Amino acid sequence: MEKLIKLVPRGSSSQSMFILAPIFAIFLTLLTGSIIFFLMGYNPSNALKIFFISPISNAYGISELLVKATPLALIAMGLSFCFKNNIYNIGAEGQLTMGAIFGGGVGIYFYDISSVLILPGMIIAGALGGALWAMIPALLKTKFNTNEILTSLMLAYIALLILDYLVVGPWRDPDGFNFPKTRPFGESGRMPILFQGLRIHFGLIITLILIAFSWFIYSKTIFGFQLKVSGFSPKAARFAGFNKNFLIFSAFAISGAFAGLAGVGEVSGPIGLIYRDISPNYGFTAIIVCFLGRLHPLGIIFASLVIALTYLGAEDAQLFLQIPAAVGFVFQGLVLFFLLGSDLLVNFKLRLNN
Amino acid sequence: MIFGIVNIILIGTTPLVFAAIGELVVEKSGVLNLGLEGMMLVGAVSAFVTLVLTDSYLAALIVSLISGLVMSGLFAFLVLYLMANQVATGLALTIFGIGISSMIGKKYVGTPIDGLSPYFLIIISFLVVIFIGYFFKKTKLGLIVKAVGESHHSAHSLGFNVIKIRFISILFGGAMSALAGFYFSICYAPMWQEGMIAGRGWIALALVVFATWKPERILLGAYIFGGVAIMQMNLQAFGVKFPGQFFNMMPYLVTILVLVIISGNKLRIKLSAPACLTLPFNKNQ
Repeated sequence: MEKLIKLVPRGSSSQSMFILAPIFAIFLTLLTGSIIFFLMGYNPSNALKIFFISPISNAYGISELLVKATPLALIAMGLSFCFKNNIYNIGAEGQLTMGAIFGGGVGIYFYDISSVLILPGMIIAGALGGALWAMIPALLKTKFNTNEILTSLMLAYIALLILDYLVVGPWRDPDGFNFPKTRPFGESGRMPILFQGLRIHFGLIITLILIAFSWFIYSKTIFGFQLKVSGFSPKAARFAGFNKNFLIFSAFAISGAFAGLAGVGEVSGPIGLIYRDISPNYGFTAIIVCFLGRLHPLGIIFASLVIALTYLGAEDAQLFLQIPAAVGFVFQGLVLFFLLGSDLLVNFKLRLNN
Repeated sequence: MIFGIVNIILIGTTPLVFAAIGELVVEKSGVLNLGLEGMMLVGAVSAFVTLVLTDSYLAALIVSLISGLVMSGLFAFLVLYLMANQVATGLALTIFGIGISSMIGKKYVGTPIDGLSPYFLIIISFLVVIFIGYFFKKTKLGLIVKAVGESHHSAHSLGFNVIKIRFISILFGGAMSALAGFYFSICYAPMWQEGMIAGRGWIALALVVFATWKPERILLGAYIFGGVAIMQMNLQAFGVKFPGQFFNMMPYLVTILVLVIISGNKLRIKLSAPACLTLPFNKNQ
């Protein structure tokens, strides 16, 4: 391949390719997906329709799409603070879990009390829990120079085991017939529903506010500028005298808090209690959302909807085509492969060798 | 009784040894592949389906190894030729592997097979570790792989083909992960179940760090981690009340501790982690 096609570096990265590559990646994913469906003996156009169109063809479907896109967009927006600064926090799943434990803990403790203060208390506790859990890799990185990729990942599995311990142990519902779940939160511990009869909840509003807030930080504050510069050129950041450790701590804190909020949004929103599987991999999938959305607020909103659709489509594919719901993961993996691959075109031109 | 416990530990730990020793070689060459879990699952399902269809262990082994080469080859192509981010590509590989293995194996959940005795592969796992130890200490090629992982630009200036060496290292890692998957679905389980690797890929990844990138310590770490897991199950069987989750946390906690110990000291991190880990290589820069 190297002999036929030559890579010519572009002077500066191509802005149009930067925006087109994700679209291109989605297109290639759909193409590959239909080939996979065909090979498995399904009619590709019918399968794609069941997967991507029928799940969102009514109000309930749209609401479900938003229910799933909400945590994804929120976590991805938080992660962008880390990724922009070239910090690889890949433990958002753990920070989400800690948010659910802290926030949900408040909900369980006050399950029989009715007060308007409970939900705000849960939300604050959840954000704190996520931020605290994210402080660990930040502290280890700044103090001991440890690789945050490995520590944040390991901490994600530790958090999941702590959750597991709580729901089978001390927090198990006394009236729950020994099922590994906590007692349900009281009415005061639930996110308000936005539309009667649908599951979309107040977490969506929180997410939109925080995305706007992030956009403001990036485009209007010195802090946002410093984050971008130190990610783009660590040397320039050093010369300019930016406080590197402060940037690391704040990027981790913000992404941890956002993931923690997503966790509390899940348990106090659609779920209403804590059990083992509160998150279908949202913390890891949000990494895909963040990359697909180019770390940009609008891009992340768009990408969260696309990836949320892979979750919904997978559920429908299981229901109507008897394809395992894990097929959603196939699409998520593919879209990231194609995106990472087509990213080459942002910085290089392809030229035929003659 | 002692023999019984040793036997159970040996049987349960071998997939960790295979996957970790493969990843060790990959990381020694300067590449971090987070796709272990996905490659193990695909290796496991392709072995299982092949065995059901052909009734041949050899065919199952070959197809499983090929699946590992294809998965890791895809990863290698993206990170080496298209210079994609290694962390993101590795995660994509795991997510993709979880999905595609479930799809392929759907029809075969619960299909009974005659399992293969694990002892042959257990012996092989020891031999592979010993060989890799020898490879890095005594052979020229081993030193070249290390050089590529420590300083790819110097290795390139000396005339070594960095991309080719990394490609082959990644393929070896893929084959070893697939072998771990083969062992799991054919010898250990023996059956196929969605997501049956159940996080062992991440433990294998932790093991490489625990071993501070030294092959012989992979065995030590694997048998400590494996031993603790088995002990926990036995203690619970005897009615000792202790939450098993805290035992299961140990590999992750110990890995963080090891990272702290080796990273705090500049000299020690130099002696352990490959310097070019996760850095992309472009010979034109």
